[in-house]
Amino acid sequence: MSLSLIIKREFIAKVRNKSFIVMTFLSPILIVAMAALIGYLVSVNNDEEVKVAVYDQFKQLSGDLKSDAKTKYTDLSAMPFDKAREVASKDYAGLIYVPELKDITELKSKVQYISADSPNMDFVSGLEGVIGDKVTRANLKALNFDYDKIEKAQAEATVKLSKFDGEETNKKATLIRIIIGAGSGYLIMMFVIIYGNMVMRSVIEEKTNRIIEIIVSSVKPFKLMMGKIVGTSLAGVLQFTIWCVLGIALFMVLGLFLGMQMGGAAGQVQAQAAQEGAEGIQVIFTELSKLPLLSIMISFLVYFIGGFFLYSSLYAAIGAAVDSETDSQQFLLPIIMPLMLAVYVGFFSVVTDPHGTVAVIFSYIPLTSPIVMMMRIPFGVSIWEVLASLTILYATFFGVVWFAAKIYRIGILMYGKKPTYKEIFKWLKY
Amino acid sequence: MKPILEVKNVVKQYGNYTALNNVSLSVPQGSIYGLLGPNGAGKTSLIRIINQITMPDSGEILLDGERLNPGHVGHIGYMPEERGLYKTMKVGEQALYLAQLKGLSKKEAKEQLDYWFEKLEITGWWNKKIQELSKGMAQKIQFVVTVLHRPKLLILDEPFSGFDPVNANLIKDEILELRDKGTTVIFSTHRMETVEDMCDYIALIHKSNKLIEGGLNEVKKQYRTNTFQVGIAPHNFQGLLADISTKFTTRQANFKTLDDELKLEVDLPQGHAPRELMQYLLQHGEVTYFVEKIPSVNDIFIQTVSQKK
Repeated sequence: MSLSLIIKREFIAKVRNKSFIVMTFLSPILIVAMAALIGYLVSVNNDEEVKVAVYDQFKQLSGDLKSDAKTKYTDLSAMPFDKAREVASKDYAGLIYVPELKDITELKSKVQYISADSPNMDFVSGLEGVIGDKVTRANLKALNFDYDKIEKAQAEATVKLSKFDGEETNKKATLIRIIIGAGSGYLIMMFVIIYGNMVMRSVIEEKTNRIIEIIVSSVKPFKLMMGKIVGTSLAGVLQFTIWCVLGIALFMVLGLFLGMQMGGAAGQVQAQAAQEGAEGIQVIFTELSKLPLLSIMISFLVYFIGGFFLYSSLYAAIGAAVDSETDSQQFLLPIIMPLMLAVYVGFFSVVTDPHGTVAVIFSYIPLTSPIVMMMRIPFGVSIWEVLASLTILYATFFGVVWFAAKIYRIGILMYGKKPTYKEIFKWLKY
Repeated sequence: MKPILEVKNVVKQYGNYTALNNVSLSVPQGSIYGLLGPNGAGKTSLIRIINQITMPDSGEILLDGERLNPGHVGHIGYMPEERGLYKTMKVGEQALYLAQLKGLSKKEAKEQLDYWFEKLEITGWWNKKIQELSKGMAQKIQFVVTVLHRPKLLILDEPFSGFDPVNANLIKDEILELRDKGTTVIFSTHRMETVEDMCDYIALIHKSNKLIEGGLNEVKKQYRTNTFQVGIAPHNFQGLLADISTKFTTRQANFKTLDDELKLEVDLPQGHAPRELMQYLLQHGEVTYFVEKIPSVNDIFIQTVSQKK
C-alpha cells in the first residue's frame, strides 16, 4: 500500500520534471543530428584532395604512382633536390623521395616519405602496397615467373555466412549487430548513470529538506528506498518505450519516404545515385527485420531493470551517507569504474569475438553483465546463458540492497558529518 | 489517569555512546506533556524510538497498553524540530501523500485537509509549491500535515520555533483544542514559558537519564524552598530590620509595588507554617504583599542540570 504510494510519487516527480520531458523528446533529435553531423564531417574529410610531391630522377617509381580523387602526385624531379624539398614543404602535404638505386628491389627499403606532420597512415600503407607490388613483380620476373599468369590464377574466396537455424548473414548484418549491441550496451550505461544519479539526488533532497524524518516515521526506510528505486526505474522504462515508439515511427516514415522518392525520380540521372543510397538503406531494413528486435528490446528492459536496481541501491546508499552532491564524488568513482570497464570490454572484446572467453566471463559478472550481455545478445546468445546471467544479476541485487539499506537507514538521519569509508563500514554493524 | 504511552527501561547506544540510559516515562492520556532537557540530552533519540524510526537496544514501549508495532504509525503525529516538506511539490498533493502514508484513504485525507485548510484560512494554497510560501506559511502546512490523520498522540519538537506571535498563538489554540478533544501531546522544547503555560506534566532528561517526572505542580512542590516574598510598611523600619534577621534568613527582594515599602525575601525554616511569619509581620506593621515564591520550570531546569554536572 504505502510502497505503491511511494512508487507513484517518485514516478510522477521524475516524469513531471521539465528535464525529463526535454530529455525524452529532444535527445533523439540530438542523436540524429549528431549522426548526420559526424557523417558529414567524415565525408568532408574523405573528399579532400591531398597533394603529394615526388622526387624520382630515374623514374624508378613515379610511373606507378597514379593520381586519383584522393591523392594528386606531382613530379618535381626536374628541380635540384634542395629546391624540390623547399617547394614540397610549402605547397605539398609531403615528398616521396626515391634515391638512385642499383637494383629495383632496393625500392622496398630505400624510399623515403618526408612530411611536415606525421603522415596519414592510410596513405603510407597505400604507398607501401604500391612499392611492395612493384618489387614482388620484379622478384617474380627474376625467378622467371609470368606475373600475368599468376595474377590470373589467383582466386578470391568468399564464405557464405549462415547460422544453424537457417538464417543467412553477411558482413553488413554483422556490422548492424555490432551497432545495435554496442548501442544498447552504451544506452544501459547512460541510463544507469543518469537515473542512478536521480535516485541519489532525490535521497539527498529528502535529507536536506528534512522531510525524511517525517516520512520514516510513517514508513520503513527500506520501503522508501525501494519505492524510490522502482519509481525512478519506471520513469526510465517509460523514456525507453517512448524512444522505441519514436524510433519505429521514424523508420516507418523514412521507409515510406524513400519508397516514394524511388518511384518518383525513376528515369532521371540523379535517380541512379538516389537508388544506390536507397538500396543500401533497404539492405539495412531487411537486415534489421531479420534481427529478433522484440527479444532484444525485452532483454534490454530486463537487463536495464536488473542493472539499474543493482547500481541505484548503491547510489541511494551514497545519497544517504552524504549531505550534498559535492560530497558524493569520492564514493561515485567506484560505481562508475565497473560501468566504464564494461563498456570498454564490450567495445574491444565483444565486437571482435562475441562469444570469446573475456566476453562470456564479463557477461556473467553482475556489475558488468547488463552492458556486456546486451552487446552479445544481437549475435545470438542461448537462452540458458541469458537466464544464468540474469539469475546472478538479480541475486546480487538482493545481496547489495540489503547492504545498501543498512547504510541508508543510518545515513538518512546523520547530518553535518562528512562520512568516511571507515565510518560507513561501522554503520553496517549498528 | 491511564497512561497512553509508557516507556519502560529503554536503553539506546550508538557505538560506545549511550544516548538513553534506562529511561522510563509514563504519559497520561489527554495531557500535554513537556519533555525537557538540554541539547544532546537524548530527547530526539527517545522521540525517534517512539516514532519507530530507530529501535531501542532494550526496554519496551507501550502505546495504549499495546507493545509498539508498525500498525501504530497512524496513531502518532510527529513534527520534528527540523521542519521539512518537498519544496517542489504542490501543497495539496503533498499533504494528501503524507496523510495516505499514515494510512488514510484518499477520500478521508481530502476531507480532513479541507477541514483544516478552512479552519486555518489557507484554502487558496492548494496548488502552491512549498518553495513559493514564506517560512511561517510553510510551518502552518507542516502543522496541518502532522495532525491530518487525527493521531491519538502528537509529538511536537519545538513547535513554536519559526512562528510569528500571531501564528504561534493560533497554533497554540489549535493544540489546546486538540487536547480538549482527547489528543495527548508531547512537547519537546527549550522554551520554559511555553511549558509553564501549557504543560500538565513534565519530564526532564539530562545526559541520557531521566531526572524528574511528574505533574507540573507536584514537581514544583518538590522544589519549593518555603521562601516568601513580603512587602511591609513597618512602624519602626530599623527595629524590624534588625529583629527579623535574628528570627529568619532574609534577603533584599525585588518586586513591583506602589509605595516605597520594605521588600524582603524570607526563607521559612522547615516545619514552620506561613501563618507564623504572617503573624510576626502583622505585629510590626502594615503588610502590603505576601506571596510564596514558587520555583519556575526554568529554575528547576537550571538547578537540576547544573547540580548534575
